[in-house]
Amino acid sequence: MRGHTNWKATILLILGSLFILFPLYLTVNIALKTPEEMAGNLLALPESWAFSNFMEAIVMTDFFRALTNSVIVTTLTVVLVLLTHSLVAYAIARNMHKKFYKFLYLYFISAMFVPFPVIMLPIVKQTSMWGMDNLIGLALLNVVMQLAFNVFVYVGFIKSIPKALEEAAIIDGASIWQVFWKIIFPLMKPIHATVAILTALFAWNDFMLPLVILSDSSQYTLPLVQYAFQGQFSTDYNLAFASYLMAMLPMIIIYILAQKWIIGGVMRGSLK
Amino acid sequence: MTKKNYTYLIMVIPAIIIFFTFHTYPTIQGIFYSFTNFKGYGSWDFIGFDNYLNVFQDGRALSAYGFTFQFAIVSTILVNIVSLLIAIGLNAKIKFHKTLRAIYFLPFILSVLIVGYIFRFIFTHILPKVGDTLNIEFLASNILGNQELAWVGIVLLAVWQSAAFNTLLYLAGLSTIDQQLYEASDIDGAGPWQKFWKVTFPLIAPFFTINMVVAMKNFLMAFDQIIALTGGGPGQATESISLLIYRGAFQGGEFAYQSANAVIYFIVIVVISIFQLRVLEKREVK
Repeated sequence: MRGHTNWKATILLILGSLFILFPLYLTVNIALKTPEEMAGNLLALPESWAFSNFMEAIVMTDFFRALTNSVIVTTLTVVLVLLTHSLVAYAIARNMHKKFYKFLYLYFISAMFVPFPVIMLPIVKQTSMWGMDNLIGLALLNVVMQLAFNVFVYVGFIKSIPKALEEAAIIDGASIWQVFWKIIFPLMKPIHATVAILTALFAWNDFMLPLVILSDSSQYTLPLVQYAFQGQFSTDYNLAFASYLMAMLPMIIIYILAQKWIIGGVMRGSLK
Repeated sequence: MTKKNYTYLIMVIPAIIIFFTFHTYPTIQGIFYSFTNFKGYGSWDFIGFDNYLNVFQDGRALSAYGFTFQFAIVSTILVNIVSLLIAIGLNAKIKFHKTLRAIYFLPFILSVLIVGYIFRFIFTHILPKVGDTLNIEFLASNILGNQELAWVGIVLLAVWQSAAFNTLLYLAGLSTIDQQLYEASDIDGAGPWQKFWKVTFPLIAPFFTINMVVAMKNFLMAFDQIIALTGGGPGQATESISLLIYRGAFQGGEFAYQSANAVIYFIVIVVISIFQLRVLEKREVK
């Protein structure tokens, strides 16, 4: 490798990154301005920081309830996905030579090609009829919707784990369940990370599924609340942007803290 | 059956039941109702292929397909060009490598809907001022309010957001290339262009295929971006297929009709994905 720094690429990338950062700068800036300042230069820093926008947005949108809802759905989805999808993938990966499991694998994977609108109408009818138009029902549907992709990723990983370890444990008298929970599940740590990151991002940011499933506005998740309050925000952009910023902030903070881990996890998934 | 086989079966049966109940069964129901005149409630009759024939004669549906294709094709091409350029840059020997990579990946973790609302503000209040100041006529008014240009705004949002993930995939691809290949081509006197087309591109071709297929599929399903930016307007100029199905079914009482539309949409997505895979994989082999 050449030793000297490629300054041309560095400068171009820095200039390009301004396009990424600009909307975020604007969001923070407007969230901190007063309505009177909106008539002036929108890009100039606020004269004094109007934290009252945040207080007002918290009260108006019931921010902490929406935050709790988002946390509940995301946590429940991720936990269920990690426990069940890895187990299903394990059973499939170790029996791929059998027709039934090969078929099962293709059956699950094929769901990746079914666009959500195809099942949207019947599923809304079904969930409301069965009293599942709530956060628990939403988490369960998330788990179903993510099954195809996760089984695909997990099976790819499990195939790379040598069988010798399991065979030795079975000779020692361990059951398949013990082999899975004590040996395989812990070995899958890197791929659990990938699946957990992608699933959490999906559950946290998803808009369409909560929009059609949740019927009670007290259960709305953060993105859905921004949608529901569009009318009330109206032209009060300071209030709206304070609300947007707070809705994005939890993910941004996690990203800043675990950035290397998140990028690594997603990249690992893509090399599979 | 041995005890071992029995255990494996117990591991998958609950998943099969739940997956069938909440995925396969609704899919079958959707297809079933597409052959009826069901409104979402009350009684219904079988009407054969009438819904399907009507979709093909429905101006609103056809324009939704037209818009969605136009948007998806342009966005897919742009996203792939932009993210490949960023990935090549990030893969070079640059300063602040970690920070820059983190910035370019940031849009991936943000809600499309919320970013969409922020972009709407930029298109409505910032760009027109820039256009005024610099005397660029087409920017001087809000492009989202323009029948002819609103789709460009949605493309910009889509590229901004999706380039993050595609860049990462290309970076993963570039990291698999052996540096010695470049050294060898240096000795052969290859220029940067030749190096890209003869060494880099063929070696990351599988990543190119995946990126094209995934991006196209995601853009064909566009919903959040459009809700946030235009709500399908002005008029119905930017109404995507997903949005049309959602509106028609939940606000227009067209349960069966939109089910037929959804089935057509499903077939279109499968055909395009398979077509892309075939064509692009053939190129990889060459």
